[in-house]
Amino acid sequence: MTVTEDAPAAAAPEIGRDRRRKEDQRLITGRTRWTDNIQLTGMLHVAMVRSPFAHATITNIDTSQAKAAPNVVAVLTGADLGEGQGVNINAWPITPDQVAPNHVPMPSDRVAFAGETVAVVVARSAAEARDAAELVDVDYEELPAALDLKEAADDKVLAHPDLGTNKSALWVFDSGQAGTGGDVEAAISEARADGIVIEREFRQQRLIPAFMEPRSVVVDPTGEQLTMWSATQIPHILRFALAATTGVPESKIRVIAPDVGGGFGGKLQTTPEEWIVWAVARRLGKPVKYTETRSESLMSGHHGRDQWQKLTLAAKKDGTVTGLKVELLADLGAYVAIVGGGVPVLGAFMFNAIYKFPAYHFACQTVLTNKTWTDAYRGAGRPEATFGIERMMDELAAELGVDPLEVREKNWIKHDEFPFTTVAGLEYDSGNYEAATAKAKEIFGYDALRAEQKQRREADDPVQLGIGVSTFTEMCGLAPSRVLGSLDYGAGGWEHASVRMLATGTVEIVTGTSAHGQGHETAFSQIVADRLGVPFEDVEVLHGDTQVSHRGLDTYGSRSLVVGGEALVRAADKVIEKAKPIAAHLLEASVDDLEFKEGRFGVKGTDKGMAITEVALATFAAHNLPDGTEPSLDSDATYDPINFNFPHGTHLCAVEIDTETGGVKMRKYTCVDDIGNIVNPLIVAGQVHGGLVQGIAQALWEEAVHDESGTLVSASFVDYLVPTAADTISFDVSHNTTASLTNTLGTKGVGEAGTIASTPAVVNAVVDAIRHFGVNDVRMPCTPERIYKAIHAHDGADQGGAPTEGAAAPHFDAQDTADRTEGAGQ
Amino acid sequence: MTRISVTVDGATYSDDVEPRMLLVHYLRERLGKTGTVVGCDTSNCGACTVHLDGRSVKSCNVLAVQADGGDITTIEGLEKDGQLHPMQAAFHECHALQCGYCTPGMIMQAIDVLNDNPKPSEEQIRAGLEGNLCRCTGYHNIVRAVQVASGQEAKPASLEGSAS
Repeated sequence: MTVTEDAPAAAAPEIGRDRRRKEDQRLITGRTRWTDNIQLTGMLHVAMVRSPFAHATITNIDTSQAKAAPNVVAVLTGADLGEGQGVNINAWPITPDQVAPNHVPMPSDRVAFAGETVAVVVARSAAEARDAAELVDVDYEELPAALDLKEAADDKVLAHPDLGTNKSALWVFDSGQAGTGGDVEAAISEARADGIVIEREFRQQRLIPAFMEPRSVVVDPTGEQLTMWSATQIPHILRFALAATTGVPESKIRVIAPDVGGGFGGKLQTTPEEWIVWAVARRLGKPVKYTETRSESLMSGHHGRDQWQKLTLAAKKDGTVTGLKVELLADLGAYVAIVGGGVPVLGAFMFNAIYKFPAYHFACQTVLTNKTWTDAYRGAGRPEATFGIERMMDELAAELGVDPLEVREKNWIKHDEFPFTTVAGLEYDSGNYEAATAKAKEIFGYDALRAEQKQRREADDPVQLGIGVSTFTEMCGLAPSRVLGSLDYGAGGWEHASVRMLATGTVEIVTGTSAHGQGHETAFSQIVADRLGVPFEDVEVLHGDTQVSHRGLDTYGSRSLVVGGEALVRAADKVIEKAKPIAAHLLEASVDDLEFKEGRFGVKGTDKGMAITEVALATFAAHNLPDGTEPSLDSDATYDPINFNFPHGTHLCAVEIDTETGGVKMRKYTCVDDIGNIVNPLIVAGQVHGGLVQGIAQALWEEAVHDESGTLVSASFVDYLVPTAADTISFDVSHNTTASLTNTLGTKGVGEAGTIASTPAVVNAVVDAIRHFGVNDVRMPCTPERIYKAIHAHDGADQGGAPTEGAAAPHFDAQDTADRTEGAGQ
Repeated sequence: MTRISVTVDGATYSDDVEPRMLLVHYLRERLGKTGTVVGCDTSNCGACTVHLDGRSVKSCNVLAVQADGGDITTIEGLEKDGQLHPMQAAFHECHALQCGYCTPGMIMQAIDVLNDNPKPSEEQIRAGLEGNLCRCTGYHNIVRAVQVASGQEAKPASLEGSAS
């Protein structure tokens, strides 16, 4: 037992430091544990037989040939697995009368989207399973499919005939009824009589999360606990849902999310594939693995967005907004996914954004179709809302003939008006829209670019410059459990953390969040290093295994730092509180005379003290503790946030459009985000860069396109345009900081901000570049074809608003194919 | 089955393989070289990029039998005597990876880009990495990493000040 005589020199705080990531060493050297890397003795491999039809009755499945194929162990259908396979649940019925089909992981009678699994082949190798899957002979009787969202909303064709309707739920918020604002219809009438009314209909195209690691699942049924490894964002929720639906007690289930290669919401799901592999492994009593192909991933992993947005904005003649009415149609796809209809509902609180609308009405009709199901994709509801309102504010500015930043400033919440209760009923705790905007304008060179734009326009330059603005905010840090309860969500929004003080001086922390690229191991180490005054290197972060991290609600909704980080702070503080009386005892001082600073308990007014790690060793030995003291410093905390968290920022984008071809070239992109206090600026910048590109990709490139029979024709990376390095530019990323007032660290979420903000900035820039041609919208993705058509609308072409055509075209024309065939014969 | 003999990360292996077996499956399933990963079915994503006789190839686009007699380097063979390859170090230093799934292929391709052109411009770097998809980083820091590894850019100002 040593008593430290000299306090160590004050170390620089870890929080705010651009620490290089702890995670990297394994990832850059290939020492990785992706689910597909896992090999177990006796492991069998599964291949899925998937429906080519969007909607069909299964009349017969002949598995005899497949069963006879070499090294095939079993071929199983939905009928074989029966009810034992459980169901895939929807955790958020958004209204009490929500209509939702029963979602059997592998149906035996009817398929409801192209890509749904109807049989599985289990073989000794993945290749043999895949070969034999080709031999399963399924007879289908094709049914009419509900594909177009608007037509589906009219119940013209039913996605699930037994339900009698495609309309799943109508969710309404009205500020007049809620008492948070006035009557929007009155505001609109008034504006029609003596003001400005902007009415637009926008399409939020269907997107695919397209994480780089295809989903993979391994189930080992051979131990006392059944173990599932899955490429998932949500190991805890997955365990809960397995227990709730498959009859296996929760205490017998262990779920592990090993290294997970990206998610973006796309792995926030409990999937039919997981349930099928679970059932197959239990039935065969052997470890089983399934890894999807990229085509399977794009076809059957959930999609995102897919809304029609009908927006009406009322304003006074001077541009002061008076009301906003939002009418949404949201495509759920064939089943109501785990969050499902809740995604557009998250947008309900965000259409009013940073503006002081006195009246607001939001209504969302969710609709079932015979397409892949939809759920959270980076931003989940907030990108759609931000797109809608930021496009509308630009349209209002155009109507008024003023700069788009001017009309925003006229209507936004001023920095001295926080905390501010919005018309949607949320309390924004902090922010400074003026400061972020001023900084962004300066970095961007806003005035110079506007001058260049003017000059190009006057010179009738074939290359026109467009400047797009997005002054976004979002709600993140999901979520106060009470609020989730009031919205009928099936779980809470708390997070759990443990801190374990090891005898030899290192610290293990356990978090219920589950990282898949976010850098939790680094950022959380920084937080704990500061809190406990231990070296960054001495902190080990454990996560992603329900046997290690037994409580948690996982990672999504930009919650890990602001909710999970706060839980960690509280657990660390409990450790200090536990250590204090022990330190006092060992130092022969009164607890009241101790102060804890930089990892050391010091006796006030003396140079006596001891490090918390020394207290940990003494507690481990337990030879000399105060009477009745439990010999452990380890502590847990479960934190339920008191509010959401409201990052904001000003994003400015300049694009050049070649009016002769419709080609878009991004010239400059600047953003100044306010995400509160920053734990690690390097990780934050990375989150912003990646988020920006995903949002820009929605504006310019990505779309999940189905053909007229409901086949996803963008089901490979040849057709689904995830941008490359050559498509993108370097960004100017900066920050303005107002600390969040709702958590100890003053942090706000950053995971989704870039994606939420950037899409409208880019589309506003595109429209701004060609508005003088009479264009007031270009449908996403803003392809050269659409832009060209919009410019030439006066020639009789459409306004750039038509659906994507020709996406199912073959990659080689008939002539090419004929040549190749002939060539092959020569 | 066809007999092949290959050198992978400095060790020599001999195996009977099906003629249809892809090199990436051979590396992962037969040799346990799971540092190299599969991200797509259409040779678009580049996650499986390795070096075959000194040039980058997408190992999903090469049959194992085509690699017979070849010398292959994967991400697992870059480290020498406990020292990271400069490109690995630059990726770490510049925070050029998040989930890390594309990283093995991205690093192997980035090395190939510099082998072809030791001092590429940003545009040349971006064009050189066009066959490798990343969903996390937006490529910004990957481009920085290649610039740093090529010795053209000192540690960017925003990256200064780290001790680790």
